[in-house]
Amino acid sequence: MVTSVTTLGRNGLSDWLVQRVSAVILAVYTVVVVGWLLAQGEVSYEAWSGFMGCLAMQIANTFMIVAVGAHAWIGLWTVTTDYLTTRQIGAAATGIRLLAQLVIALLTLVYLLWGLVIIWGGV
Amino acid sequence: MSIRTVTFDAIVVGGGGAGMRASLQMAQSGFKTALISKVFPTRSHTVSAQGGITCAIASADPNDDWRWHMYDTVKGSDYIGDQDAIEYMCSVGPQTVFELEHMGLPFSRTEEGRIYQRPFGGQSKNYGEGGQAARTCAAADRTGHALLHTLYQQNLKNGTQFYSEWYAAELVTDARGHAAGVIAICIETGEAVFFKAKATVFATGGAGRIYSSTTNALINTGDGIGMALRAGVPVQDIEMWQFHPTGIAGAGTLVTEGCRGEGGYLINKDGERFMERYAPNAKDLAGRDVVARSMMMEILDGRGCGPNGDYVYLKLDHLGEEVLHTRLPGICELSKTFAHADPVKEPIPVVPTCHYMMGGIPTNIHGQALRLDGGHQGQAQHIPGLFAVGEVACVSVHGANRLGGNSLLDLVVFGRAAGLYIEEALRQGMDQAEPNSDDMDRATARLRRWDDSRSGESVASLRKELQTTMQNAFGVFRKGDLMIDGVKKVADLRGRIGEAHLGDKSKAFNTARIEALELDNLLEVAEATAIAAEGRTESRGAHSRYDYPDRDDENWLCHSIFDPKTKQLGKRDVNFKPKTVDTFKPKVRTY
Amino acid sequence: MKVSIYRYNPETDREPYMKEYEVDTGGKDLMVLDVLNLVKEQDDSLVYRRSCREGVCGSDGMNINGKNGLACITPLSLAAPGVLDGRKALILRPLPGLPVVRDLVVDMTMFYNQYEKVQPYLQNNTPAPAIERLQSPADREKIDGLYECILCACCSTSCPSFWWNPDKFLGPAALLQSYRFLADSRDQATDERLARMDDPFSLFRCRGIMNCVSVCPKGLNPTRAIGHIREMLLERAV
Repeated sequence: MVTSVTTLGRNGLSDWLVQRVSAVILAVYTVVVVGWLLAQGEVSYEAWSGFMGCLAMQIANTFMIVAVGAHAWIGLWTVTTDYLTTRQIGAAATGIRLLAQLVIALLTLVYLLWGLVIIWGGV
Repeated sequence: MSIRTVTFDAIVVGGGGAGMRASLQMAQSGFKTALISKVFPTRSHTVSAQGGITCAIASADPNDDWRWHMYDTVKGSDYIGDQDAIEYMCSVGPQTVFELEHMGLPFSRTEEGRIYQRPFGGQSKNYGEGGQAARTCAAADRTGHALLHTLYQQNLKNGTQFYSEWYAAELVTDARGHAAGVIAICIETGEAVFFKAKATVFATGGAGRIYSSTTNALINTGDGIGMALRAGVPVQDIEMWQFHPTGIAGAGTLVTEGCRGEGGYLINKDGERFMERYAPNAKDLAGRDVVARSMMMEILDGRGCGPNGDYVYLKLDHLGEEVLHTRLPGICELSKTFAHADPVKEPIPVVPTCHYMMGGIPTNIHGQALRLDGGHQGQAQHIPGLFAVGEVACVSVHGANRLGGNSLLDLVVFGRAAGLYIEEALRQGMDQAEPNSDDMDRATARLRRWDDSRSGESVASLRKELQTTMQNAFGVFRKGDLMIDGVKKVADLRGRIGEAHLGDKSKAFNTARIEALELDNLLEVAEATAIAAEGRTESRGAHSRYDYPDRDDENWLCHSIFDPKTKQLGKRDVNFKPKTVDTFKPKVRTY
Repeated sequence: MKVSIYRYNPETDREPYMKEYEVDTGGKDLMVLDVLNLVKEQDDSLVYRRSCREGVCGSDGMNINGKNGLACITPLSLAAPGVLDGRKALILRPLPGLPVVRDLVVDMTMFYNQYEKVQPYLQNNTPAPAIERLQSPADREKIDGLYECILCACCSTSCPSFWWNPDKFLGPAALLQSYRFLADSRDQATDERLARMDDPFSLFRCRGIMNCVSVCPKGLNPTRAIGHIREMLLERAV
């Protein structure tokens, strides 16, 4: 009943699903990393670097960074469409919302690409 | 006063079950129809109907027959229901109920998947010979709610034009008395508009608010009756007011007869099931008038319950929690809220409470409003352009006492019938009455009178006084001298209400103005009721007099007709000529 | 006892204000609507909607000491602690989130628009039988807790998502109605109904806050209905 081109999946269900799946990925990732840290006791740079540098963690990190990007985009997009609206802030809302969404989208993309470079750049 | 005019083929005044069934019929046929309602349609009083809609759909009993239903209804009416109309209602009923189901009404179901039917008062099989019938189709105990919402939904689907929160203030007639439409006020803005139409359908419901103790919604102020009487249209059998046996004592809220249908019964302070004495066969499922009177006798004889002995108990706990929660969930809620009694554990304090106006604008089965041509004994003639359906109308299918569950059937059968008739009449070409400026002045006079009021008594205090007067003089039992006194008091109130004061004259959503206009209508209904009740010198159905305790078929086996121009009571013959069955002849009425 | 009521008349007031009234209830645990009626006897310019006065018509939804409810079935003892014995004022405001017409009356157009959007009527294109369409008691039971809605708007106007997007988010009341037809074994428009809600706003703005459940005067659970619709959408998509 409502169309929205700036949403991620252009569809409520896919956004909702992406939000849930990305949350699960982030939760699992957090458990793995925190578990590793606890198991290590004292953490050295070498140990951390070695752990993060292994292929399994490179893949996991990729999942994580994509999940963060998707999760953040959907969440923040929702925030902009809840609060940066004509109803809330008046006539200028559409311009402000578009601007905010552009900034958020750009930042998300930058972090995503930068993260990927960090993860895979050492190979 | 120059006012805007909007034009329609047909307008319906009132958004309850009858109004919305009529508007649905006309909207489906594509005529330009408006529905004017002083509340959003699903707030209409039909929503409060609980127990169900009585109809021989042969679900509970595969051999059920609409003729048995007709017999019960004629007997219930104490033989002044018109048999042609009752025949029409009972025979068309099943089709009408099936249509409602097809529209989506969420009826409760039997194991076979059919509509669930429960026993109600006054129901029998085989013309009273076959014992208690179960003929009331139910959606738990929220049938009215389910029906009203379903009809609203269908009207949305079919594009009826709604004027919600518009208050119809006056019927506009031309010099010949033909209906031309109504003056209605947009409550939100205060603007008065002339709704001009070839057909004006009154579906304004009842007027229970003329009594101080009533199951009726606050909006049931008899607006249609008031408008009709002021326009010179007579009303029929208006002395016949049903007192529902089970209104919650003190609060007045309704407890459905379905409670007794499901096996509940009434007890006095000794715990005795007293209905066994008054109606040995039907017991708690006798006609409503019979049960209400029996309860009052118990109370008057000192066997009432509570510290003041002014109510009796409705016992339900023996039915068990499961039955109560599946079949009567709304009652459990209401009882806890308004009587502080959980029916699963304790009985509900109940007392007979004003519930239904059997009388109203006389109509034929097409909903056409009637007037008597040539005085009181004259031939009935229809009033061009004016129709009435539902509680405001007196077709008459309820006569002197309505059976439980027949009201919802009345609404949908005659709402539909009027819709069908108007549809056809419009197709063949209906005349539009053209009011002149005098007619318009007359129709807006009352609005000006309240707006010009500078001082006087308040609407609230006068309304209270009117209600108390009606309650005391025209209740379950009536006495000649008290009624004569009541008629005088109402006449006095007419003078005072004519001088009363409206304090708030603002435009936007001014409910004080609406209440003032409603008070005029309450007065019209009360006056007609008082004069008709005093005039009918017998006891029949809901009209029970100490000074004339017996039914008088010789003089009163007829409708009463109250003429607003002369304020005199006349008589009109009851129809005893059904088309397809033999006449049900008057018999002594026992249960 | 003290009653504090939100007043606003568009013809005379530049902005709304709270007005205090003193009402004698005789110490009785009246319903809030009874109290309003007593106030109206003092001051006939006070405006509120009411009809059935027994909690089935849905006219008198309002905000009672901070919580949405029906005035006619909210006794003073349940309005807020201290109201009945006069320690605290009874505070009445219009339902939040909708434009105020006057005093306690709000403009419900947006609420009704959302209701109409879900096509709240049975859709079944097969020719109707000569009797009713059959439905088993088990199938009928599936619409219990759904069809009882009285459209009082207490739920939708307590929902932050509805406050932010009343034109795009259907709101709990309309969604409950939508599921009432999705769950009805006689309705055939399931796919179309679901397709119409599969955007980021109509249904998915529900954040599961559950204010709707906590205020519903009929004890209904729109959040659960919304969850069922989401499951149906998921099932249809995967």
